[in-house]
Amino acid sequence: MTKINVSTTINGDAVDYLCDAESTLLDVLRDQLGLTGSKEGCGTGDCGACSVLVDGRVTCSCLVLGAEAEGRTILTVEGIAEGGKLHPLQEKFLEFAALQCGVCTPGFLVASKALLDRNPNPTEEEIRFGLAGNLCRCTGYDKIVRAVQAAAAEMRKG
Amino acid sequence: MPLDTQIDPATHKFKLVGSRPLRPDGVDKVTGRARFGADATAPGMLVGRILRSPHAHARIRKIDTSRAEKLPGVKAIVTQADFKDAKGDQDVVCNVMARDKALYDGHAVAAVAATDALVARKALKLIKVDYEVLPHVTDVDESMKPGAPLLHAGMITEGVEPPPKKASNVAGRCEFGHGDPETGFKQADVVIERTFKTEATHQGYIEPHACLASVTADGHADLWVCTQGHYMVRNVCAEILGMDVSRLRVTASEIGGGFGGKTTVFIEPVALALARKSGKPVKIVMSREEVFRASGPTSSASMTVKIGVTRAGKITGAFADIRMQGGAFAGAPTSLGAMSAFACYDLEHVKAIGWDVVTNRPKQAAYRAPGAPMVAFAVESVLDELAQKIGMDPIELRLKNAAKEGTQSSYGPKFNRIGLTACLEAARKHPHYTAKLGPNQGRGIAAGFWFNFGGQTCVSLNIGVDGTVALAVGTPDIGGSRASMCLIAAEELGIPYDKVRAIVADTSSLGHNDISEGSRVTFSTGLATIQAARDAIGKLCARAAKMWGISPEAVVWENGYAKPAGSNAGNFEPLSLAAIAKKAAKTGGPIAGHYEVNADGAGVSFAVHLTDAEVDPETGRVQIKRYTVVQDAGKAVHPSYVEGQFQGGAVQGIGWAINEEYVYGKDGRLQNPGFLDYRIPVASDLPMIDTVIVEVPNPGHPYGVRGVGETSIVPPLAAVANAVSNAAGVRLTALPMSPPRVLKAIDEAAAVKKRKR
Repeated sequence: MTKINVSTTINGDAVDYLCDAESTLLDVLRDQLGLTGSKEGCGTGDCGACSVLVDGRVTCSCLVLGAEAEGRTILTVEGIAEGGKLHPLQEKFLEFAALQCGVCTPGFLVASKALLDRNPNPTEEEIRFGLAGNLCRCTGYDKIVRAVQAAAAEMRKG
Repeated sequence: MPLDTQIDPATHKFKLVGSRPLRPDGVDKVTGRARFGADATAPGMLVGRILRSPHAHARIRKIDTSRAEKLPGVKAIVTQADFKDAKGDQDVVCNVMARDKALYDGHAVAAVAATDALVARKALKLIKVDYEVLPHVTDVDESMKPGAPLLHAGMITEGVEPPPKKASNVAGRCEFGHGDPETGFKQADVVIERTFKTEATHQGYIEPHACLASVTADGHADLWVCTQGHYMVRNVCAEILGMDVSRLRVTASEIGGGFGGKTTVFIEPVALALARKSGKPVKIVMSREEVFRASGPTSSASMTVKIGVTRAGKITGAFADIRMQGGAFAGAPTSLGAMSAFACYDLEHVKAIGWDVVTNRPKQAAYRAPGAPMVAFAVESVLDELAQKIGMDPIELRLKNAAKEGTQSSYGPKFNRIGLTACLEAARKHPHYTAKLGPNQGRGIAAGFWFNFGGQTCVSLNIGVDGTVALAVGTPDIGGSRASMCLIAAEELGIPYDKVRAIVADTSSLGHNDISEGSRVTFSTGLATIQAARDAIGKLCARAAKMWGISPEAVVWENGYAKPAGSNAGNFEPLSLAAIAKKAAKTGGPIAGHYEVNADGAGVSFAVHLTDAEVDPETGRVQIKRYTVVQDAGKAVHPSYVEGQFQGGAVQGIGWAINEEYVYGKDGRLQNPGFLDYRIPVASDLPMIDTVIVEVPNPGHPYGVRGVGETSIVPPLAAVANAVSNAAGVRLTALPMSPPRVLKAIDEAAAVKKRKR
């Protein structure tokens, strides 16, 4: 089987890997690189648990081939905190109890970061539509929306 | 059960219980560090994949695995032949791997372990199964008819006297109640009887089932699995595989949602069988399609409810006939449905009959308050209509009939102290109840009940050399329970919250614990944690006594310190937990508290939900504009996670009410096994979910705790249906209230109106 050589940047680090033509970016992240923070909830792009940023754009990594990461910049949940310091979104998700089981949380954090990078002061409606690609079955979204609002306010303070 | 110190939870000033600290597993879960079912690996690990029946009902004439076995990279294949001697619940065994018949679309028929996923997938295609396709049935009412395709040749209805002579798809009948409903209906001014249908819905946990199994050559096995009950997994798998229970160690991973759906086994015995056959670790992860086709949805239901009331609002008689299909095996939650049907009300004449029916669908699994939400939908819909007929406020009608302390419940026992009236009054007082409605909007209210359970529980509390505490519990944390347990242990010991760390121990490290189900964890594990802490406190006091050279009885524990009981005991400086722990080696060795219990006394709980729905008369689309949950928690240990349970249950109920359904084609195959076509609510579908925590202490728990996880999904189907019916001006009697159904109901009502004119 011929493998494809890929050079990419993941969470700020240059990474090279060999992958099968069929492997998704999610497979590569989880099974080859040990970055299991991104989750596979459906494998069809419907649940958002595998969300990563590809060149700053929120993307279902289950719908992207590993080979397509060539030359891109990827951010996963593991890259959101800076060193030992949590990102305001991570802090507010904890403070607002915005997670119960936590399996959708990585995808929500990545999608929320993309939302706030684009729109630092979103309305409740913009948050709800901005996160509509991410499924959560535990929380009913109330505390997630509040956590994102609080993180946005915190980040605007700078 | 003996409780050393009984406090009055209503007046006691808790230091920590009732506060909202950060959860101990939180940082792991926001950084991607938490390890869920599919996140584990082992050296030399193989990938397991399962071949599933494409037919709803088919005899399996032959399975030929010879070509698959020859494929390079294939290390083991298992079929029914590998499970033929399996002991234990034969329905579970037969659901794990089909025997002579495939009973539903998705039923497992064979499994392979291969060096990678591509090889495994190819191998599945090389397995030839010779099927004889049989007629099938997927609807509960159709399945009960004489002449329906028979699933099990030997199924004789249980609970019917005399027992029927002929086999049928009706596994059992049950009946609950007292008095005579017919007598009650004669006393009524208004009697309404209606028939309702609800479709099957899936628990919809975001994490698919996943496990990693390994078996050594001398028969020791390890299993890593996402489950609500790893002791259950151990016991069931050991029985199926013919192993000693103690040879199988099961570790519960972090669990990505369960809601009852992870309270049984599906892939675990298969992974162990493949690991044993191949001699290598085997990981199986279900795809989302497999989760929908082959893991438990809840039952679909068909129900007839008849209730009579006087003009003054007294319910004089109530009757329900509840028919549920639970998939291919007996076990639909009809008895829980029938027991809970009228549990909210104080009734003289009440009867509920339940029918447990099999069909060619996946075996149902528990789903949050199993059986109760659909029955509450039927009962609370009829009550709403009755309130309108007699011109009474719907909360007033419920208050007039609400069950109270001392009420003989419709399912038998007398209620202890309960909080239904408090919830109804809180709902009536809530500003939501009197807020103005917009055009095309309607308001719905509904009450709901759930039993809550206790069960076998074991906790160990180990005190470290520095006085910090490691708490080992055996109930997987499905909603923040480690935070609650840390709060409880710290409260008892009198130390800060962050000095306690709770873990979910594996099955070899702690005694048996029942599954995290029945809203039992904060109640039972909380109770055992309190007692384990008190056990440790007794030992800490004895050590302090030894250090002081006085009698242990002369030492008391206050706010984290051992103190002489009084001036007669001597004059000693109080010793902190840390100071006693530091000297432990010299005073008798390690200090630990333990407690084992089969807990009873779980208090029942009630909820009242209010919602405003807007119906688009052009399209039939329903939007939830406002939602308020009022529920009795007894005592909220960590209010944020109590609110979370309220909100999550409400939203699952909203999904059930307006979107979610299993859609079967004429061929008996599931048409929508994915999140695109089986649509669970997303953030943009919903408003904020307001919550009111009512606290009527449960006399069966030292702090007054009641389970909260399940009750929250009982009222929403009915509350939403009442709101939609009030908005649309026509009674909706079938779920989900998807646009085509709502539009049809509106059009039919309009046609009737036109004819009348």
